[in-house]
Amino acid sequence: MDTLNFLLENLDQLVALTLEHLMLVSIAVGLAIVTGVPIGIAITQNQRAADIVLYIASVIITIPSIALFGLMIPVLSLIGQGIGYLPAIIAVLLYSQLPIIRNTYTAINNVDPALREAARGIGMTPLQRLRMVEIPLAVPIIMAGVRTAVVMNIGVMAIAAYIGAGGLGTYIQRGISQTDPRQLIIGAMAVSVLAIAADYGLLWVQKKFTPKGMKVAG
Amino acid sequence: MIKLDNLTKIFDTSEGPVTAADHISMEVPSGEICVLLGPSGCGKTTTLKMINRIIPATSGTVFINGEDTSAMDTVDLRRSIGYVIQQIGLFPNMTIEENISVVPRLLGWQPERYKARASELLDMVALDPSTFLKRYPNELSGGQQQRIWVIRALAADPPVMLMDEPFGAIDPINREVIQDEFLKMQAELNKTILFVSHDIDEAVKMADKIAIFRAGKLEQYASPDTILAHPANEFVAGFVGSDRTLKRLQLVRAGQVMGARPTFVQPQQSLSEALVIMERNEHRSITLVNSQHEPIGIISRDVAWNHQGLCGEHYEGLHGIAQQHDDLRTVVAQMFTADSSWLPVVDDQGRLVGDITQRGITHHLGATYRTQG
Repeated sequence: MDTLNFLLENLDQLVALTLEHLMLVSIAVGLAIVTGVPIGIAITQNQRAADIVLYIASVIITIPSIALFGLMIPVLSLIGQGIGYLPAIIAVLLYSQLPIIRNTYTAINNVDPALREAARGIGMTPLQRLRMVEIPLAVPIIMAGVRTAVVMNIGVMAIAAYIGAGGLGTYIQRGISQTDPRQLIIGAMAVSVLAIAADYGLLWVQKKFTPKGMKVAG
Repeated sequence: MIKLDNLTKIFDTSEGPVTAADHISMEVPSGEICVLLGPSGCGKTTTLKMINRIIPATSGTVFINGEDTSAMDTVDLRRSIGYVIQQIGLFPNMTIEENISVVPRLLGWQPERYKARASELLDMVALDPSTFLKRYPNELSGGQQQRIWVIRALAADPPVMLMDEPFGAIDPINREVIQDEFLKMQAELNKTILFVSHDIDEAVKMADKIAIFRAGKLEQYASPDTILAHPANEFVAGFVGSDRTLKRLQLVRAGQVMGARPTFVQPQQSLSEALVIMERNEHRSITLVNSQHEPIGIISRDVAWNHQGLCGEHYEGLHGIAQQHDDLRTVVAQMFTADSSWLPVVDDQGRLVGDITQRGITHHLGATYRTQG
């Protein structure tokens, strides 16, 4: 009951923090798409580069977020951004690389060799092949990678409250430090609900972006 | 015209260099279908793919209509050649219209022009444009997809087409239908076509010339009838099969072998007249035709001998009937089914124009061996 009351009294704040949380994740994952997709495409050209890049991205994802924030504080302090939005966004950007790069790489590599040969044989340049055939066919799998990145990083972003990035983690952090179960529960629930909602929302987007001819088959 | 001059491909593999195509020289005249035939790994596909540089040649030259293609830009070269591959190469993310018009779009045609072209091509293979233009490949049956992918290669009207086992993935019934459609199309379009196959029957059916490959070498390049009747060596003979003479049956039409002055009787003639005609020609039976000159039955010598009356009262049903443009395989199959040594031959209107006998067929097939000594 207490929790519910607290929720109703602080609804405005909850909404504001949710939006802030969502915005931070969106910016970070947005940047991750802009960087990860081209990297994923580029490494299809070179097996060795692909191995190295995927290895690095895998290593990054194993670093605990709290440690990553700690590592960034001295570095980013040099430009006066040791805590706050910037390290939070950088952390999420880094964590998002693996699912996005790996899915892009896999999707492009898995385009049916017969289709690739057909595209070459009818006289498409490599760029036309990417634009007209390979990327459209890869979109569903790339979007699946984006979904993984978003859901995972909604959780990571909650921890970023400890370095003052704001977002829903603020409730969790306060709930722990003030031993206030109301805030702890609301924060945790809100993060979970947001993750689930984002997953479904992106699933819808993924279906929208899937070329129509690839859906009918089922 | 496609001319290959000493085209050679050597692959560097971990076990050393492998010669996939060894100084292949041949010339396909304009408007002909040349089938490259051989067992797998014989170099036929490699040779085909060197023409549009999907596989770069180690040495040698390809001429198209007299022009040395090595001076041409790869992308331009490919856009000027229709290319049909073994697997269904339709792009699943594009509609049928987009698929058909992909090369014209690459070539920078105006939308009205390539859209009109897509409809025209669909009409040509009897697929209704209003139904199919906006569909996606996976909404079509395999046979329909096959037709689309053949017409896609024709979209920009290239003079030359390369086809790599284009009908290999279709079930036998549909394959026959599509082969027939394709030949009909080719009769109008007169493309110069190189066609890879491993199926001797397909080659005999489609080809003006057959090139037989083994281990990267061109073993024999000749017309289907020459290959079947006079294989150049043991390998070719073995590859085309011990029943190669039977395969030649496909190459000959009933009209070419039939006796053009058939004997016949009409219903109002008497059986004794029929008997006279049969005895004069040493026939065991005779065709009965109606007033439109269409065969309606036969009268056997036994019946004519043992009965009195008119032909119209004593005939039995036809054992079979051959169309003038049926190939001999169809005709012989009918003869065997009916246990008959001859069949009446009719024209497109169903009128009797000749008769064809087993003797006539064996004589025709044997002619080439006699002249060669």
